Amino acid sequence: MSALKNFFEQIFRRRKVLPPESIKTAPLDPSSLEPSWHLEKQQTIAVGAAQSAGIERDHNEDTLFVLLSNATSENTLPDFGLFLVADGMGGHRAGEVASAISVRTTARLLTQATFLRLLENENQSNELPLQELIRQALEEANESVVARVPGGGTTLTAALLLYKQIIIGHVGDSRAYIINDGRSEIITRDHSLVERLKELGQISSEEAASHPQRNVLYRAIGQGANLEVDIVSHSIPYGGYLLLCSDGLWGVVPDHEIRRIIYKSGHPQAACEELVRAANAAGGPDNISAVLVGFPPK
Amino acid sequence: MRRTTRALDNQTEGLERLQPGTTLQDRYLILGVLGSGGMSSVYKGRDLHFPNVTKLVAIKEMTSMLTDQTMYEMVVTNFEREADLLATLSHPSIPRIYDYYTDKNSLYLVMEFIDGKDLEAILHETDDFLPVEQVINWAVDLCDVLSYLHNHKPEPLVFRDMKPSNVMVDQHDQIRLIDFGIARVFQPGTKGTMIGTEGYSPPEQYRGEASPAGDIYALGATLHHLLTRRDPRIEPPFSFSERPIREINPNVSPEFEAIINTSLDYDPKKRYSTTETLKQALLAAVKETGILIRPRTAEISAHEDDVKELWSFECEDEIRGSPILYQDVIYIGCYDNNLYALDAQTGEFLWKYATDGGITGRPAAEDGVIFIGSEDHRLHAITARGGKLVWTYYTEGPIRSSPTLSHGHIFFGSDDAYLHVVNSLNGRRVWRAEANAPIWSTPLIQEERVYFGCESGDFYCYDFRGEMKWRKKVKRAVTSSPIIFDGLIYFGSKDWTLYALEVENGWQVWRFRMGGPTISTPSTSEDKIFIGCGDNNIYAVHARHAREVWRFSTEHQVTGSPTVFEDSLYCGSVDGYLYCLDIRSGRLRWRFRTEGPITGSPAMAEDRLFIGSNDHKVYALLA
Repeated sequence: MSALKNFFEQIFRRRKVLPPESIKTAPLDPSSLEPSWHLEKQQTIAVGAAQSAGIERDHNEDTLFVLLSNATSENTLPDFGLFLVADGMGGHRAGEVASAISVRTTARLLTQATFLRLLENENQSNELPLQELIRQALEEANESVVARVPGGGTTLTAALLLYKQIIIGHVGDSRAYIINDGRSEIITRDHSLVERLKELGQISSEEAASHPQRNVLYRAIGQGANLEVDIVSHSIPYGGYLLLCSDGLWGVVPDHEIRRIIYKSGHPQAACEELVRAANAAGGPDNISAVLVGFPPK
Repeated sequence: MRRTTRALDNQTEGLERLQPGTTLQDRYLILGVLGSGGMSSVYKGRDLHFPNVTKLVAIKEMTSMLTDQTMYEMVVTNFEREADLLATLSHPSIPRIYDYYTDKNSLYLVMEFIDGKDLEAILHETDDFLPVEQVINWAVDLCDVLSYLHNHKPEPLVFRDMKPSNVMVDQHDQIRLIDFGIARVFQPGTKGTMIGTEGYSPPEQYRGEASPAGDIYALGATLHHLLTRRDPRIEPPFSFSERPIREINPNVSPEFEAIINTSLDYDPKKRYSTTETLKQALLAAVKETGILIRPRTAEISAHEDDVKELWSFECEDEIRGSPILYQDVIYIGCYDNNLYALDAQTGEFLWKYATDGGITGRPAAEDGVIFIGSEDHRLHAITARGGKLVWTYYTEGPIRSSPTLSHGHIFFGSDDAYLHVVNSLNGRRVWRAEANAPIWSTPLIQEERVYFGCESGDFYCYDFRGEMKWRKKVKRAVTSSPIIFDGLIYFGSKDWTLYALEVENGWQVWRFRMGGPTISTPSTSEDKIFIGCGDNNIYAVHARHAREVWRFSTEHQVTGSPTVFEDSLYCGSVDGYLYCLDIRSGRLRWRFRTEGPITGSPAMAEDRLFIGSNDHKVYALLA
């Protein structure tokens, strides 16, 4: 199992962030980034990603994946990106295997059907619509987990960037945010029972916070043969951000604080590391994953 | 037992299926697969102990690929529980069990074969609302079988998994409850405990409570799905009240709706106390309402007071095209070859300009000049005041496409299979682009790109220099004209599909399938795309999720294009009516009757609306 884990870690470039006591206060190597990186001065898309097991958990069941190809000119390649966050669940390491298998399956299918075809410059006159491709990829991820990881499950939020569109496939309670003009919009819906009961006004936020089933999902990869995938597309936020994260971040760091960190951090990589640190500083009760994509202004 | 559910269609990698011709226990000859899902498959088989007659059976096979012994045992226990339970039950709506055995690593349950379809399959195979009376009959029968289970001694039995795919309807329209393998594997532990069938389950089931009241909720959820055709599994849990039944399906009586709403109450105590009382309520509602299906026309005629005719003007032939309002004058082409100018206030005739062919498009106007194409192969530029010819431009075929103006140029298609770009001042060609077939759609101009479809199903994007940027081929003609909204380009096709393409290279983002071909041009408002269709419907589709938000059924094809003004949608139909719908719900606000098919779209100005009809008339309405 540990060989398998190492293998996945290699593939998905897992990063472990240390608990706060061992974190240096100036973790960024100033030479690694431009001293004054500002989104509004950029012409290309920038991405950052960070991950931590958190304080209370001894192992990490989250998996994240980042692939970004920036267009250099109009006639070569379009902007392309694939960003995934999966938050695994289930005992005996089933969670981390489930999240890793889901991410690998989805990334493989989507890069084959989109990015590799762009590189080959294939005529796409009979291609499937992107929304259907993403739905299929998540359904296939589900089948892999059902068949190979009994008892395991995972959330999966997959964002595909092509030209000026972002198409998102989503199951579970990880989230995708569009952050622009100082405001954030959650463009996925949490498939969480307690969130749903809260929405219905059946329980209060306080009750929700201590609800015995606050971690129960009503939809997840690996749950069974019937999987309904949420699909949504969104035009890119010029001069704004796309954030994907697991509940280890959004359940711990308030939205306004997430925005504040993003706007003050400059480069998305610095922002992601700061977001993870903030979640750990707030107790780090769960695994934390964040992927942040910054878009240049129009 | 035949099962056809969506999830079962694309299943079972790794699950070894039995091939037809296999014989089990020297007794059951496998004839084919009825369905499979998870770790089990259901086969149609023949019992060879009855050599002289064909006795069909359904054989449920469970093969475990689980290596975890505890999990495996739990699954086996559940399967045996289903067998034991079925063996003790006797009710006409519950399939009989004939045999149960294990063989190697598999378990088998041999049951009565039901020649029929499950309710989910019935929903999939139909497009229209199911007859309400039929749904009520099923509901009454389901109450009976649930009452039988709930009154089971010594312990009441809770079915726990009422949903359309677990209800079969046999050839005699008798319902059967199937799939008693209800005990699902619940994972112990805090994080990530997962739950069974979503969408139909009552809220208290998530607390681990199973009671007859939960079955009543699930029955209510099933009936809601059957009547509205809205699948609760793709909606947030417990959100039925957000989809009021009668807003979606006006055929349902208020009494029946109220009964379902009571069954779906969040609080189990507020639902019917037993399935017997639910059944009594259903029977009482049938009695009270007499006819369950209320005539829709009665409801509609009341709305016709909400619209007033200001004036109408009669031409000499059918009006197939659409009007424009320009400087308080209505300009409209007619199949009598004329372009008419009418005073928008009074309907007074100002002038007409004769071409040598029928006019089917919508005019365009700029700087005091009106532009219109005609089947006489020409594009005509005419002064807005007086209707005098400024210039004409010849193409090699009839013009049915409407002109689009941009940057001092006119873009339009012709049956000569060219997109023509003409200088609007002098009528000289700037460039033209070749298409594969006649162009009937109206070109769309955005950010120095021109987009248009043609009758071969090709859709093109050209830049302003006349260089093709991309081309997309769909299966049938694109007569519908494109629109752009939030980075996506939308158009319909005669291949029954509404397409959403990425504007930069035409990559499909989504497609939405309708019940017939469309030539209607979409419109958009509040994240929704509206389009008319040859299947008589006007559709509202969510621009981001590609899901149907609502549909409104007219009495004939909808070839015209919907027009949105504030929170109303206006659209004509070949049934002769102009409809005004609430854009959020698709509910009818009013309709206005003309004496002929309406194939064009209206022009709007504040509270006034102008529309042409094939009854030869132009109407001005006050809405």
